[in-house]
Amino acid sequence: MNLAAAAPLADAAHAPHGFLSPTGVEIAFLLVGLATLGAALVTVTTRQLVHAALWLVVALGGLAVEYLLLTAEFIAWVQVLIYVGSVVVLLLFGLMLTRAPIGRSPDADSGNRWAALAVAIASAVALVWVVVDAFRTTWIDLDGPAAGSTRVTGASLFRHWVLPFEALSVLLLAALVGAIVLSRKAKADTAPGPSADLDVPGEKEGAR
Amino acid sequence: MHLAYPAVLSALLFCTGLYGVLARRNAILVLMSVEIMLNAVNLNLVAFDVWLSRTAQETLHSGQALTLFTITIAAAEIGIGLAIVLAVYRNRGTSDIDKLRDTAEGPDPEGPGTPAAEKAEASA
Repeated sequence: MNLAAAAPLADAAHAPHGFLSPTGVEIAFLLVGLATLGAALVTVTTRQLVHAALWLVVALGGLAVEYLLLTAEFIAWVQVLIYVGSVVVLLLFGLMLTRAPIGRSPDADSGNRWAALAVAIASAVALVWVVVDAFRTTWIDLDGPAAGSTRVTGASLFRHWVLPFEALSVLLLAALVGAIVLSRKAKADTAPGPSADLDVPGEKEGAR
Repeated sequence: MHLAYPAVLSALLFCTGLYGVLARRNAILVLMSVEIMLNAVNLNLVAFDVWLSRTAQETLHSGQALTLFTITIAAAEIGIGLAIVLAVYRNRGTSDIDKLRDTAEGPDPEGPGTPAAEKAEASA
């Protein structure tokens, strides 16, 4: 908001917040946002399961670019590392281990698809209306030092958020142990695969 | 940057994920849709953190810290969720959530044709 502190590297179109004259950052945000939204839409509508996971990569990568445009660099790289790097790989392994069909599967969508579409469109209209109405005259000031560089994020995280951070590490450890226990139990008794549902009682006995 | 851009984008992404959660049958596709919803919330958190850190001189950076926490919890969630889906697949031979109706109330659409699964459930 302060015009006197405008650095020479700031773009000239920033100073008066033109409602219909978007800046370069806004145009880039809009284009990447459209790509992200399109990839997300393809992810939830495609009938090929592996393609859904691959379009999810595009959506999550687009979100990382949006974080970079919002000057949150550390979050952007964490997003690339954790989501694009590991979560999608986990999902692909899950698809392979449950023997998801390669190619089109006609029953990817359930029968209540139209109800789901109605709910989604209704909530989208409501949310967009409320958000646009609430923040019509609000601008983010993106000039100056980055609000989310590694230095700033690390300082705030280890100065103000140490206890939640440590609690979160314990939670992550618990989740790891839980995931190992959940998948080890099923693998220990018989050969894995769809034939494993024949000897259910002994397996259930081990689960108690 | 106008604050409405990231807010509207995250609202639309959230509703996309909502549609996916409600309309998909495969459990792993439902997990993907949940990831989309969580990412929409993350975008909102980051945008409002950047806005508040300039406008209100907020130095706590709670939005970015919460985004990191959300990412971590989402990673834990996807690990546990996939482990559960794999366990269900090994027990039942399917990951189709429309067929996992053992605890459903009301009339069973498949009729009494699944006594084996119910017996297995009762012995557990």
